[in-house]
Amino acid sequence: MFDYRFQWRVVWKHWPELLEAALLTLQITVLSVVFGLMIGMVLSVWRKSDNKILYWFTATWVALARNTPALLQIYLAFFGLGALGIHFSPYTAVLAAITFNNAGYLAEILRGGMDSISPSQRGAALGLGMKPLQMYVYVIFPQVLKAVFLPITNQIVWAMLGTSLGMIIGLQELTGMTTFLQSQTFRPFEFYLAAAVIYLIVCETILIFARLVAWRAFRW
Amino acid sequence: MIKIEGVRKSFGALEVLKGIDLTVERGEVLCLIGGSGSGKSTLLMCINALEGIDAGRVEVDGIDVHAPQTEKNKLRQKMGIVFQQFNAFPHLTARDNVALAPRRVLGQNKVETLELAEHHLAHVGLGDKLDHFPSELSGGQQQRLAIARALAMKPDYMLLDEVTSALDPELVGEVLDTLRLLAEEGITMIAVTHEIPFAREVADRVAFFHQGVIHEVGPAKSLISNPQMERTQEFLGKIL
Ligand SMILES: Nc1ncnc2c1ncn2[C@@H]1O[C@H](COP(=O)(O)OP(=O)(O)O)[C@@H](O)[C@H]1O
Ligand SMILES: [Mg+2]
Repeated sequence: MFDYRFQWRVVWKHWPELLEAALLTLQITVLSVVFGLMIGMVLSVWRKSDNKILYWFTATWVALARNTPALLQIYLAFFGLGALGIHFSPYTAVLAAITFNNAGYLAEILRGGMDSISPSQRGAALGLGMKPLQMYVYVIFPQVLKAVFLPITNQIVWAMLGTSLGMIIGLQELTGMTTFLQSQTFRPFEFYLAAAVIYLIVCETILIFARLVAWRAFRW
Repeated sequence: MIKIEGVRKSFGALEVLKGIDLTVERGEVLCLIGGSGSGKSTLLMCINALEGIDAGRVEVDGIDVHAPQTEKNKLRQKMGIVFQQFNAFPHLTARDNVALAPRRVLGQNKVETLELAEHHLAHVGLGDKLDHFPSELSGGQQQRLAIARALAMKPDYMLLDEVTSALDPELVGEVLDTLRLLAEEGITMIAVTHEIPFAREVADRVAFFHQGVIHEVGPAKSLISNPQMERTQEFLGKIL
């Protein structure tokens, strides 16, 4: 039963494809986090808005992004919008879905970060004669940054793992490519292990780097 | 000169200030005393427009504080405020806490503001804590930092809200010493305080607050030793 014989040479032979797929995974991750952060910032501000429409738009986005499966979100972006005549490539659909998902989580992380700042910091800043923009730039945002830094790092890792769902709609990111290669070579164990190691190395690198930055930047 | 006329202020259904009249001259030290929840903090925040008012008028050097066209940030530059809860900026060292507003608000150059910060921190006895973050300072030190931060803006007025209330008893003295120094330098101060002996010694006048109304105002020594109103007598009797 346990006489499986590992053959790593075949993995090595397909290393360039794996690397290329890993880069695609990384690219979608980075883009979805950058876009997700931009949208998340807007959402976190709208969430506090007195405007009912903006508030409900945001609340709905956040609820859908966080409380439905990411896989469903990808299906909706690909097949759902497709049925409406909006045809995305698998790449665009995955990027859109993961960005949507990220924006929802990041909006909540940012909102939590804002809420964690004592309101009296506003009074202290304004009381010194700062304009609201100066207050945000020099007093509020630096503190929010510390509060949200590690949660955002976790979200980056989460986003990267989420991109693996892209294989379901035929995107050859790392998991998709791995699945393809193992079906060609009949070496599932080797290929999935190799992919797992790549995911692990990239995620750990991100986490270690983030901790280093946090340790340098947030010594207070 | 600060001139407060008929100021009213409500939070929802709760009327916190019920028609306040008060004048503070240049160079004067006025202490506000009174029970907790009587509206003292709210009044301070109405003086520098951190809170709006519902009726009445606040004038500082002839400027209507609450008029829509008044540039509130400009007005606050000459009115330092220090809160009960210190409110040091946690992400900045003591020096940067003090240097921030002179640099960003007044636009002074960086070297100048760092020297200014060192000067003001030394002035309140924190000359050896320049590079410490607030989390590394005691409550009394953080409060003196907040005072230095306000003073670095060279304010004409200081609004002080129970600056010793959150401090351990052994730290109260050092902060009061700092305030004494300011009073001697002739800075106009409105200080909310529960330190009656301090008020008696340092204040020119004392105003007694009760449930959103100033019940009695007068020269510090006579009001404290010889209050006229029954409520004032009661309050001082309890606190002394
Ligand atoms: N931002 C606010 N919103 C609602 N109620 C407030 C607010 N600030 C103060 N109050 C209420 O106003 C009253 C007076 O408060 P305050 O001015 O802080 O009194 P004091 O400083 O004399 O203790 C209290 O009942 C307090 O609960
Ligand atoms: Mg108070």
